[in-house]
Amino acid sequence: MRALTWHGKHDVRVDTVDDPEIINPRDAIIKITATAICGSDLHLYDGYIPTMQKGDILGHEFMGEVVEVGAKSTLRKGQKVVVPFTIACGSCYHCGKHQYSACDNGNPADNQDIGRELYGQPMSGLFGYSHMTGGYAGGQAEYVRVPFSDVGPIVVPDDIEDEKVLFLSDILPTGWMAAENAQIEQGDTVAVWGCGPVGLFAVQSAFLMGASRVIAIDHFPHRLELAKKFGAETINFEETKTYEALMEMTGGIGPDAVIDAVGLEAHGFFVDNVIDQIKASSFLGTDRTHSIRQAIIACRKGGRVSMPAVYGGFVDKFPLGAFMEKGLTLKTGQTHVQHYMPALLNAIVAGKIDTTFLISHRMALEDAPKGYKMFHDNQDEVTKVVLKPDLTMAAE
Amino acid sequence: MNNDAVLAGRQADDAPVTTSKIADSDRALLAEAVTINRPAQELYDFWRNPANLLQVMDNLQAIEVIDETRSRWTVKAPAGRDVCWESVITHDVPGTEITWQSAPGADVANSGRIEFREAGARGTVVRATIAYDPPGGTIGQFIAKLFQREPRIQTRRDLRRFKQLMETGEIATAARTAKQHEEEQG
Repeated sequence: MRALTWHGKHDVRVDTVDDPEIINPRDAIIKITATAICGSDLHLYDGYIPTMQKGDILGHEFMGEVVEVGAKSTLRKGQKVVVPFTIACGSCYHCGKHQYSACDNGNPADNQDIGRELYGQPMSGLFGYSHMTGGYAGGQAEYVRVPFSDVGPIVVPDDIEDEKVLFLSDILPTGWMAAENAQIEQGDTVAVWGCGPVGLFAVQSAFLMGASRVIAIDHFPHRLELAKKFGAETINFEETKTYEALMEMTGGIGPDAVIDAVGLEAHGFFVDNVIDQIKASSFLGTDRTHSIRQAIIACRKGGRVSMPAVYGGFVDKFPLGAFMEKGLTLKTGQTHVQHYMPALLNAIVAGKIDTTFLISHRMALEDAPKGYKMFHDNQDEVTKVVLKPDLTMAAE
Repeated sequence: MNNDAVLAGRQADDAPVTTSKIADSDRALLAEAVTINRPAQELYDFWRNPANLLQVMDNLQAIEVIDETRSRWTVKAPAGRDVCWESVITHDVPGTEITWQSAPGADVANSGRIEFREAGARGTVVRATIAYDPPGGTIGQFIAKLFQREPRIQTRRDLRRFKQLMETGEIATAARTAKQHEEEQG
């Protein structure tokens, strides 16, 4: 089959590789019909994420048609499914509590050592995201092997367009969980740092959860425009003093809940941490902590902080004093995708949530390297690239 | 288990002896625990049949059951070597614990215990305690670690595989093809 493979910094290629096969009884093979490039894929592209190996297949936002099933899969050939980026077993203690991204078993035994070293306990496996998270081949390919297919993939109606449901795989549940973690009450004012896909979905979700005002903060004009379309008020932090603006806009109180959706493109884990460990001083570290620091300072007394933004390691100058003195609550975590999929699918089918506005580019899988470069070079205009294996490659 | 030496120089607290900072340099002692969402009896039954262990123990090359209490183990060691010993079950409490000791003449003298303790709604706490004479002493242990055949790391990984198999019915793998999967298990 054809697949987008990683070869090093700014070097991804579409290669011909062996087709995936059923290995374990609960596996299924999915023929990909649509897959997206996530902001977090850019960190692989930029070479920030360790434990990548040449030839690794990327992609953790994907959907398609079931073409083969293992003996214990509950899927049937021909079904249309969206696959969560988190690989969870459904049988362990954490899956029982619907904490799917904390699954004990989704990450192969040997790969769990690093998570144990870094975080105390290893987290679940992920598709197409380095060998620390399992080394699973991703979905920017013609086919993918999906472990625990009886737990992860959600069957969607045949007649629904791919683009309407594709983002159930990651960014829509992530934005939704971000808003849920903000424990929004009727009439709340919610401030969202970062208008990438997750921030934009958090804006939508916050309104659905009863917020009367959402204030969106970014520096990309096009992204702020999208937030405005959903009814958010906007702050361009390059032109405006964010804290001062928030205080004035909220009558000196501060937002009831704050959502930091800035660092999210890292999906995780490693960037800060590794940088910290090699004791390199990095602009990344500073940038990343800035939004959470500002969010905590702006948040009203007794308010709530939600952090879908991913931080991998240690942060400096975390305003622990403000956090304690103001009595804030912080909720965070990798998304428990499987938990949110059914309700969000219903909301999409009922027309309550639209995700298609995000897609700025549609390309053939064969053009994926071009897609990475475009996304990397122009994050204002390129909000989301969707790759489709059955599209024909664009002429040069 | 010969824990006396370790216990001797130690303050009394409630922590497991295997987490003592006061190491006995001649004898390595390790313990790893995992909670498995299955009944103790089922886990014990799996473990009581040594042939089953080939499924979860990565470095176990071969196991030959001699009789009800004795089995012969061949385990991968660093630098492509194999080490062998005969293991004798010295204490067996069905559903609860199994204690073993290597017979005289072992390449690596070892003893240990695996316990299965009911943990209510969370299933069963499985704890493996292993004492062994590190081949080549501390340096040998360091080299083994480099080759990822260090017994503590190996035990932890084996217990994870055991958990995966018992909880999910399979052992997680990222292999994409049957061929890759075979090579991994090689």
